[in-house]
Amino acid sequence: MASEVSESANDIRTQIQSILNGQIQPTVTVLSSLLAVQDVLHYLPNEAIEETAAFSNTTINEVWSVASFYTNFRFTPPGDHTYEVCWGPSCHVKGAQQILKCVQAELGVDREGETEDGKVTLKYGTCLGACAQAPVIAIDHHHKGKITTEIAARLARELKG
Amino acid sequence: MTVAFAELRERADRRWQELNDAAWIRVGGGVSGEAAGCDEVIEAFNSELQSSGTSGTVSRVGMYGICYAEPLVDIKTPGGPRVWYANVTPEQVPELVAQHVKGEQPVIASAFGYEPAGEGQVLQGVTKFEDLPDVAAQTRIASRNFGHIDPQDLLQYIAKGGYAGLEKALDGMAPDQVLEEVKGSGLRGRGGAAFPTGLKWSFLSGNPAKEKYILCNCEEGDPGAFNDKAILESDPHTLLEGLILAGYATNSSKGFIFIRQGHDEPINAARKAVADAYEAGLLGQNILGSEFSYDAEVVLTGDSYVAGEETALMEAIEGKRSQPRFRPPFPAQAGLWGKPSNINNVKSLAYVPQIIARGGEWFKSVGTEKSAGTALVCLSGDINRPGLFEIPMGLTIRQVLDDVGGGAPGGKKIKVLQTGGPLGGVLGEEAFDTEIDFDAMSAAGAILGSGGIIVGNEDVNVVDLTRALIAFNQFESCGKCFPCRLGTTHMLETLDRVCMNKAYEEDFALMDRIGNSMKVGSLCGHGQLGYNPILSAVKFFKDEFDACITEHAGPVGSFADGSMITPNRTRP
Repeated sequence: MASEVSESANDIRTQIQSILNGQIQPTVTVLSSLLAVQDVLHYLPNEAIEETAAFSNTTINEVWSVASFYTNFRFTPPGDHTYEVCWGPSCHVKGAQQILKCVQAELGVDREGETEDGKVTLKYGTCLGACAQAPVIAIDHHHKGKITTEIAARLARELKG
Repeated sequence: MTVAFAELRERADRRWQELNDAAWIRVGGGVSGEAAGCDEVIEAFNSELQSSGTSGTVSRVGMYGICYAEPLVDIKTPGGPRVWYANVTPEQVPELVAQHVKGEQPVIASAFGYEPAGEGQVLQGVTKFEDLPDVAAQTRIASRNFGHIDPQDLLQYIAKGGYAGLEKALDGMAPDQVLEEVKGSGLRGRGGAAFPTGLKWSFLSGNPAKEKYILCNCEEGDPGAFNDKAILESDPHTLLEGLILAGYATNSSKGFIFIRQGHDEPINAARKAVADAYEAGLLGQNILGSEFSYDAEVVLTGDSYVAGEETALMEAIEGKRSQPRFRPPFPAQAGLWGKPSNINNVKSLAYVPQIIARGGEWFKSVGTEKSAGTALVCLSGDINRPGLFEIPMGLTIRQVLDDVGGGAPGGKKIKVLQTGGPLGGVLGEEAFDTEIDFDAMSAAGAILGSGGIIVGNEDVNVVDLTRALIAFNQFESCGKCFPCRLGTTHMLETLDRVCMNKAYEEDFALMDRIGNSMKVGSLCGHGQLGYNPILSAVKFFKDEFDACITEHAGPVGSFADGSMITPNRTRP
């Protein structure tokens, strides 16, 4: 059992190292490295922080300071699906609060985060960038506009399975 | 014309001819198009063309800007008029293909507008596209190619006159002449501060350093503004050409395009544009055979609103927490990695190719005396025609709301506007006759800023809306300056009391004290302007705030059924 754990930990380290070394753009930094890892793994495990520190020749503390600052970084695996609801002012005047309340009720959560079964992640978006289609949600990064509470609830039920 | 460019032009013209020699179906994309369902429509066109054996090109063009009409499709057959169809569903596609693409007969009943192929061609019962009220009101400079070309195709940009400004500059204008042209155009920065772009560039051009950078800010975290991302999505080369021209005018070595991660469409479009420009010899060593060499790169940031502040932006490119730096030294002396740098907004740079190609005097002739050119306004909220419209400076806010936006749906009254992003203003009707112009707007206590105008009708509770804005400002405070970090949190708690009808009369004086401390005690605009929404909202809607204190009528807005759901966190 112990060897299995260390083997999978080794796997993830190897994977992270290859992501870090695979950055082909000219500007490679702590932030670009963290973004690259999260792009693939969808979260930053502890190993990502450690490997990024080693890769960037800096301290774990420095890497944590960056990782904890940007709100897109997460440190636990997300659900299979992400349900993002925009609460920006354009969506706000078009009824985003009702949509949020209805999605929360449907998913059975009262804050950002995963449903009890870990299947769906609820996220609040500060602005999803499609303000003219407000209110807007995004499911697994796919935007949908002119959402009503009925549509929002149906989509939540579909994701829950 | 240089040989290198003449060859590109020739290829571009051939490409344009090919596209127009067959049926061409253009579907408006961008994030807005995606949210409206354009990808399903594109899929339907592709499969219908295939199954019916019809030939034609389907292009996912950028957004035209008339977002209310999305999914927006236009079809052009050789010799026929170009016809737009609004709010197209996949179910309509078989008819459009059979009748218009194959049969070359526009579907009049669903047509939204048309552009004749030649003089005298008329489509009975359909309005000319250019006569639609919200199209007619526009003067499109930065957005001239939106909806017309495939943003992924460099040749289409060149066919429409792209890179002619760069070619003109490299083939006969000294860097100083380019700088003078921009100075003479009266162009002012579109990021919010409205600083003269030419003057800003001259700070950098005068610096003798070898390595100098042009940073293009497309962080655009302002909710309600989507014009920067729209430029990248719909016409990334117009920005890139502006970025290269800025580099030439200031003798810089490299340009950076800075975008927030997660906005895949503008990011991918910008990356492809940069890669294609390198391949075509428009970036890299000896651009178009000239002496000028210049690089460009797309750099991503994590989610942080303050990363859009110019010094915080440099911290983010360097890979650190995006917190503002002390000034001096100013970026033009010591910026990114200590090298002299100049930060420009996407919109400011997007005007430059046309300024060089057509001359500064021409640009100056558009707009008002002190605010030359156009404004790219994003209308959203309670408005009949939400979208992105490029209007000449000098129209009044009311003209934009009524003539362009078509008023509020359901015949309701427009009561409140939120302009200039969450650090901007909350405006009442008294301000609607203000001209859209940097100076007139700021004199009226409004900020044109990034160009977002969020419209609220008579049913919107202003206290509730203000609380949502302050929640944004609290969530996005970077935490470096304590007056901002603690002030926004304290202000949010106080506003919660107001919304819950549990406020004390002294609470307004308290918020005023906090707001003033933030103004004098913060390094960047986030803290300095963070009190603006409350200040302006109280100015125009004092009665609504008073009602929360004096009349104990119960919680307002989102608080009536619980509380307002916003993220709850302070940056560590």
